[in-house]
Amino acid sequence: MSFSETTRARAREIIARYPADRSRSALLPLLHLVQSEEGYVSPAGVEFCAEVLGLNKAQVGAVATFYTMYKRKPTGEYLVSVCTNTMCDVLGGQKVYDTLAEHLGVGHEETTADGKITLEHAECLAACDYGPVMTVNYDFFDNVEPQAALDVVEELRAGGRPMPTRGARLCTLKEMAVQLAGFADERDGAVADGGPGEPSLRGLRLAEQHGVSVPGFDPKTPIRSKAEADRAAAEEKAKAEAAKPAPEPAKAVEPAKPEAATGSTAPDVKAPDAKSPQVRTAETRQPDAGTAVPDAPGTKMPVDGPAPAPRDARAAEAAGAAANPPAGDGKPAGDAAGAQERNLKEAESGTGADGGDPADASGTGVRK
Amino acid sequence: MTTPRPETLAKLTPVLTKRWLSPDAWRLGTYEKLDGYAALRKALKAHPDDLIQLIKDSGLRGRGGAGFPTGLKWGFIPQGDGKPHYLVVNADEGEPGTCKDLPLMTHDPHSLVEGVIIASYAIRANRAYIYIRGEAVHAARRLRSAVDEAYAKGYLGRNVLGSGFDLDLVVHSGAGAYICGEETALLDSLEGFRGQPRLRPPFPATHGLYASPTVVNNVGTIASVPYIVLGGADWWKTMGTEKSSGPMIYSLSGRIANPGQYECSMGITLRELIELAGGMKPGHNLKFWTPGGSSTPLLTAEHLDVPLDFEGVAGAGSILGTTATQIFSDQDCPVYATYRWLEFYHHESCGKCTPCREGNYWMVRVYRRILAGQGTHEDLDTLLDTCDNILGRSFCGLGDGATSSVTSSLKYFKQDYLDYIEGRTAPKLSDKSLVGAH
Repeated sequence: MSFSETTRARAREIIARYPADRSRSALLPLLHLVQSEEGYVSPAGVEFCAEVLGLNKAQVGAVATFYTMYKRKPTGEYLVSVCTNTMCDVLGGQKVYDTLAEHLGVGHEETTADGKITLEHAECLAACDYGPVMTVNYDFFDNVEPQAALDVVEELRAGGRPMPTRGARLCTLKEMAVQLAGFADERDGAVADGGPGEPSLRGLRLAEQHGVSVPGFDPKTPIRSKAEADRAAAEEKAKAEAAKPAPEPAKAVEPAKPEAATGSTAPDVKAPDAKSPQVRTAETRQPDAGTAVPDAPGTKMPVDGPAPAPRDARAAEAAGAAANPPAGDGKPAGDAAGAQERNLKEAESGTGADGGDPADASGTGVRK
Repeated sequence: MTTPRPETLAKLTPVLTKRWLSPDAWRLGTYEKLDGYAALRKALKAHPDDLIQLIKDSGLRGRGGAGFPTGLKWGFIPQGDGKPHYLVVNADEGEPGTCKDLPLMTHDPHSLVEGVIIASYAIRANRAYIYIRGEAVHAARRLRSAVDEAYAKGYLGRNVLGSGFDLDLVVHSGAGAYICGEETALLDSLEGFRGQPRLRPPFPATHGLYASPTVVNNVGTIASVPYIVLGGADWWKTMGTEKSSGPMIYSLSGRIANPGQYECSMGITLRELIELAGGMKPGHNLKFWTPGGSSTPLLTAEHLDVPLDFEGVAGAGSILGTTATQIFSDQDCPVYATYRWLEFYHHESCGKCTPCREGNYWMVRVYRRILAGQGTHEDLDTLLDTCDNILGRSFCGLGDGATSSVTSSLKYFKQDYLDYIEGRTAPKLSDKSLVGAH
């Protein structure tokens, strides 16, 4: 299909947002843009993006298939996403999803026959305080019960547009894709729709009711110059040095607590400190100039001797190969050229050495 | 519902959330009446180095999970190197349990925009991006409208407020990939590639966006900046603890009377947070909780009095993360909860590193077997063994996060696993769901 002139003009506008020699940054918005015309990223959409950015189709396809929001099959007018991540699931999200799936007769990423609704289960939608949540074209319906969810989809199928709990009045999925491509919501008043929900305001309301605020806020507090700050820091350091008592005798090192049995297969690796492995790993990932980073557990430095020479590895490999038992026909293991040809012929005639008609596979009980 | 005690209420610190009560604060006019853009005017009169020093003095630490000192990060940007500098705001909020950045951008988008301008001025960046999660459409609407208003009023664009400083700001929507919340994956995604993490070093401070010096900061971090510029570092440090200064938005969800956002002084305990939230839901007793999203090891009722700052939570063997406290009760099963999280990590693993891609795939299957009543004692060893082989062995922290709930739930709730394996708990998944799942 060929894309409309509007889409082409929008594509130029998107590309202009990024530095001239970095136009590839426009790829994500452009993929949203082609969805706004076709409802999904079709091969033609991939080609369009490749053409306007000077990429090849494989480069664009690799990106399009990576992200969940790029759909690879035509979608309905409304995308209904039900959160089934842990918190929403525990609070009833899975029940909502199952109810909708049964009622609509579609599964994950499938569209109803009337082309109205595509259903999906979604991962955490960042609204756990409103859980269980569902979104229609990404606008929120909070604290949904199965019946409420049914009412929403029924109204959508009947041509209505129920108002989301938070967020703007609904538009179609294609219209939403225009916004995702980075364009303003042109509908009159849509940006103003949807006030804050109560859970977002809970802490604030408490503070307001009880007159709690943070004291001492003076917007005229001067900003110190860096030189001033450096001087103050030096003075403070000198003061601390002067006030320092004589060095304490070194404390006896506490014996490490015996580790609880965890079933780990690496009992020979001692952790460098008593931190939990997750904490230590997290710290290792965020080194700053002042932090000494211990080796991650399992890091083995060859401190006991010289590193193995490359020929050791080759010798080990040869020894391993020599120890392999010969193949069943008495020939050395591995593919001889003749054997490969024979296998091919056998496969074509359908009388493979391992026997059996392919149709039998279904009767073997392998797949239930 | 009982009223919280006054000493607990005193820990509330409405700073970043304060404007949410004004329904029109997302409009420029209202924002300006509420101290809006006053910090920018003040900051533009100061030298950029003074601003970096101010943020260092404030002790502000990253709000995205890792808690890296923000001033230090800004200070890493080499100055006078002749390369363009970039500021990228990580608004790809998606850590399960976290829901603080979306309301902030929806109800007070200008505070983020103002923070972006000040931060860009400090690190000498003339181009900034806000990479916002694709699904966050309403927050993006408000944010785009705020950026347009700021351009029209001269806060953005050429010669900001006559200071000679130029800044372009683009709001860039993602497309549904949790991994893009990882800073280097986010940069790859912003460059138009698959969102896969890069090996570090080199760090983004020298080789970030377009191989140029880049600061990547979370929404909460950048939105804090205008308040520090106005109130000063000393005022900021009146909140929080010595090493974890300032207010923090705690996102409470689950089995409590009033789930929601509670902005409190850092170092508050879960006991106090639950008190603020009106207690547990009737009939529920606390069993396990995440201090900072599903990537942080679970804690239990014995940790009710752990101070929720970076050091306190690390001392208890977990991570403060994004302060997303998901609260589960004795009616929730830690094995099933962990299974659902693993489904998530399996789905969101970008596939670049084998330990994370394969490990999560297989762990999900082991969990299905256990939950279907077909698990064996060996499965528990297999899980720990797999975690050993994921943790610290991939480019980024996604795999590490996946192991958190597995190892911690096995540590605290081994009996729950044994109950499935030894037939005391009825299977939660049927054979049918075993075959058809996903």
